[in-house]
Amino acid sequence: MVPAPFEVLAKRQDTEDTWTLELEPRSGEPFEFAPGQFTMLSAGGAGEVPMSISGDPDQPERLVHTVHSLGLATQAVCATEPGQVLSVRGPFGRPWPLEALEGADVVIAAGGIGLPPLRPAILRMLAHRERYGRVVLLYSARTPEQLLFTDELAAWSERGLELLVTVDSAGPEWRGHVGVVTRLIRPAKLETGTLVAMSCGPEVMMRFMLAALADDGVRSDRMFVSMERNMQCGIGLCGHCQLGPKLLCRDGPVCVWSEIAPWLSVREL
Amino acid sequence: MRMIDELIAATPTFAGLEPAHLELIAGCARNEHVAAGALLMREGEAADRFFLIRHGLVALEVDAPGRGAMRIQTLHEGEVVGWSWLFAPFRWHEDVRAVENCRLVSFDGTCLRGKCEDDHELGYQLMKRFAATVIDRLQETRFQLLDVYGRAPASA
Repeated sequence: MVPAPFEVLAKRQDTEDTWTLELEPRSGEPFEFAPGQFTMLSAGGAGEVPMSISGDPDQPERLVHTVHSLGLATQAVCATEPGQVLSVRGPFGRPWPLEALEGADVVIAAGGIGLPPLRPAILRMLAHRERYGRVVLLYSARTPEQLLFTDELAAWSERGLELLVTVDSAGPEWRGHVGVVTRLIRPAKLETGTLVAMSCGPEVMMRFMLAALADDGVRSDRMFVSMERNMQCGIGLCGHCQLGPKLLCRDGPVCVWSEIAPWLSVREL
Repeated sequence: MRMIDELIAATPTFAGLEPAHLELIAGCARNEHVAAGALLMREGEAADRFFLIRHGLVALEVDAPGRGAMRIQTLHEGEVVGWSWLFAPFRWHEDVRAVENCRLVSFDGTCLRGKCEDDHELGYQLMKRFAATVIDRLQETRFQLLDVYGRAPASA
């Protein structure tokens, strides 16, 4: 696929090293995507990087990415300013199965920069709140300063999202939970029999979280994760993102936990 | 109003205990209210009590010179606070502070240790249950030490 030019319309610094960019296609065509999909994003000659879409799927005139400035490609993306142009390919990948979750209680476990890939799904569920049972977000970050979308979290709660937040460490001014994300399971008082789980975050965090939910009786075929690997072509041709039998750019990034979990315990894979 | 033995029987730590044991434990317990910000335990002091949280949130804190109080874990409704009353040298290892106004059951650890010495079945049951709590918190601490949200090596 040929990259398309997108102009940076707005840029906001979320944390010390994370920015949200709003992009508009130069073509003027809406950028339709499904929650959970990603693009291949690049700034100048710094290389392409797979980036989950963090925007509202019901506002396709704007492509929104929340980017953690970590390596050369993401640093270049985060350094762009309004008026400059980024190259975008996509959208790619298998999305969150939101229609299949209708009628169920849903718990969303997000860790750190794992919240942006879940944000489109949260916005879509809140836009159709009556289609779901409980929608519970368990969100963890390293410190209170590294929490994302803090200006939106209260609004999400008012729209019917049950929100529990924890951080790994904090000073005495923090009034919320401190500890790992699995410690939020009990206060959430989840009815695990028909629960569906969606998770995105560091792989270790997802592994611990989903193991804890499984211990509480959640079936592994009712747990979904968004996986990140070395995506390069985005269309299942190059094989760089292979995990076992799956090419994650094509068969993921959203995967059923029962299908992916055995491969995560294979060392060096 | 529910009796203390009924209250504690409904919590994970004490669920499944014999009624006679629940009664013995309740005999060392009383209800307590603490205000947000109150210090429940201070590092280094004698560990002669522990708590069950009925409502509210409490925090384990370590005071580090130059950094002030570091909040390292919070405990919530249904959880027990403190196991140092059960193990020598019976001293607290952290400060414990109420984050919110809390309703607690406060247990006299010295009283309960005496009952455990007299009734080893009670002692075994409590030791087993508190060991499970210690293991859970140890696993959580190991997970926390991974610093999974810390800066990973640069890739893209």
